[in-house]
Amino acid sequence: MSIVAGCDVGSLTSKAVIMRANKIIGSYILKSKPKPEHSADAAFKGALAAAGLSVKDIACLIGTGYGREKMEFADNAVSEISCHGKGARWLLPSARTVIDIGGQDCKAMKLNSEGHVERFAANDKCASGTGRFLEVMAKVLGLEISELGPLSGKSKSPITLSSTCTVWAQADVIKYLNSGEPIENIGAGINIAMAKRVAILANSVKPENDVFMTGGVAKNKGVVSTLEKLLGMRIKKARRADPQMAGAIGAAVLAHEAVSSKESWTKGMEFN
Amino acid sequence: MIAAGCDIGSLTAKAVVLKNGKMLSNAVIRAKTKPSDSADAVMKEALDAAGLAFDDIEYIVGTGYGRQQVPFVDHAASEISCHAKGAFHVLPEARMVIDIGGQDAKATRMDETGQVTRYIYNDKCAAGTGRFLEVMAEALEVPLADMGKIGAQSTEKLTISSQCVIFAESEVISLVNDGKAIPDIIKALHHAMAKRVAALAKSIEVTPEVVMTGGVAKNTGVFEALSEALGLSLRAMDGMDPQIIGALGAACYALEKIEAIDEPV
Repeated sequence: MSIVAGCDVGSLTSKAVIMRANKIIGSYILKSKPKPEHSADAAFKGALAAAGLSVKDIACLIGTGYGREKMEFADNAVSEISCHGKGARWLLPSARTVIDIGGQDCKAMKLNSEGHVERFAANDKCASGTGRFLEVMAKVLGLEISELGPLSGKSKSPITLSSTCTVWAQADVIKYLNSGEPIENIGAGINIAMAKRVAILANSVKPENDVFMTGGVAKNKGVVSTLEKLLGMRIKKARRADPQMAGAIGAAVLAHEAVSSKESWTKGMEFN
Repeated sequence: MIAAGCDIGSLTAKAVVLKNGKMLSNAVIRAKTKPSDSADAVMKEALDAAGLAFDDIEYIVGTGYGRQQVPFVDHAASEISCHAKGAFHVLPEARMVIDIGGQDAKATRMDETGQVTRYIYNDKCAAGTGRFLEVMAEALEVPLADMGKIGAQSTEKLTISSQCVIFAESEVISLVNDGKAIPDIIKALHHAMAKRVAALAKSIEVTPEVVMTGGVAKNTGVFEALSEALGLSLRAMDGMDPQIIGALGAACYALEKIEAIDEPV
């Protein structure tokens, strides 16, 4: 059975997975470097090391993410939409709606029963509702982005951010900080503001169950629980792997499909 | 007849004192935390410059986002109507005013009598407002007031595709890291900002003559880029400070109020 790889170079993090027989045998995630080709290289080598393999063992590698055109070692580059759809299906076969919040964008897609993308909406023009919103806010609060989610559970009266714009909301947050507002209320308010913005996008694709969330923000419990309330639907979590890896997994699944169709084709030729 | 207009913006406060329709004095100061403090300080500066005392003013109209918090105004008027009135007072052929403030951007159309017919504004998003330039000046470590001058030295055309302040700032940092020249980056920023403001103005149909008011109009780079984006020559305010047009309009308003009171019944 061929060994394949997927590499997803995003604006904030870069991910790679190595798969054999539809199973992950190695993965790696890192903070993206200034040059996408360096991020791709580091992610791929990290995943290879985790699997105890070398470059020559990989039958096919597919790249995705905003840096996908800059991967020299990739056999093919595929759009994030296709990869996230594929990856979401691998992580959760019942997924019909996928919400993916990236570092600089937010996408919502509805899959048909075969797993093909039927409706799609994206925002990459405005930082609000993207990972960057949370990143900016965490920085103002002097926290790691991973520390924002748990604040929602600790807050009884979250603040209301009146502005959607990241710049204006940041000014609001600074005002609350200066007035001595407890940090958990500010953090919870930030998570709610984020969820509200994502809900608008998600609703535009007319979501159906099961709703599945990928990307790093899926780990933020405050955003997820508010989003569930706003959509009136449960958001399923991935158990097979880290949802942040969905793009890379989808790319690897596509690589696997490419190799198998080639193999069966070659076999067919031999048979004839 | 002595009238005054006081425009309390988010970043600056402006005041104009008029006597019989002629401008006696004006003042521009950095806004203080409390709008009422800004109003007191800017009025005092304008009055001192005119050699007048507070009691000499017959009527004061307030405008700007802090207009409701100024105790001494006789009347509060919207920024839209004040900017239109101020621009029309200086340039009667003006049919559209584009005002870029520190935290908003507005486009207003008026008819041949100066009456406002349509307007649109953006205060929801920092793109296309003065804050865009402020953030970029900070990221590039250049004084905000020098951006127009520095941008004029550009030799290479660069493009900044994002209009969002947050994303454009990242683009700026990447361009700096790529070794691009600061003047070229600044010029690209002026064009990115102009594109956003032009889209706002076009949504209510651009009708010449178009004047640009507000502090950002002092930035020659944005002024030129906006002219280009609109496909026409923006009109300057005949040597008048574009930042005081709102306060001037408020003062004109105040003058009309006095005239209305003085008119025999």
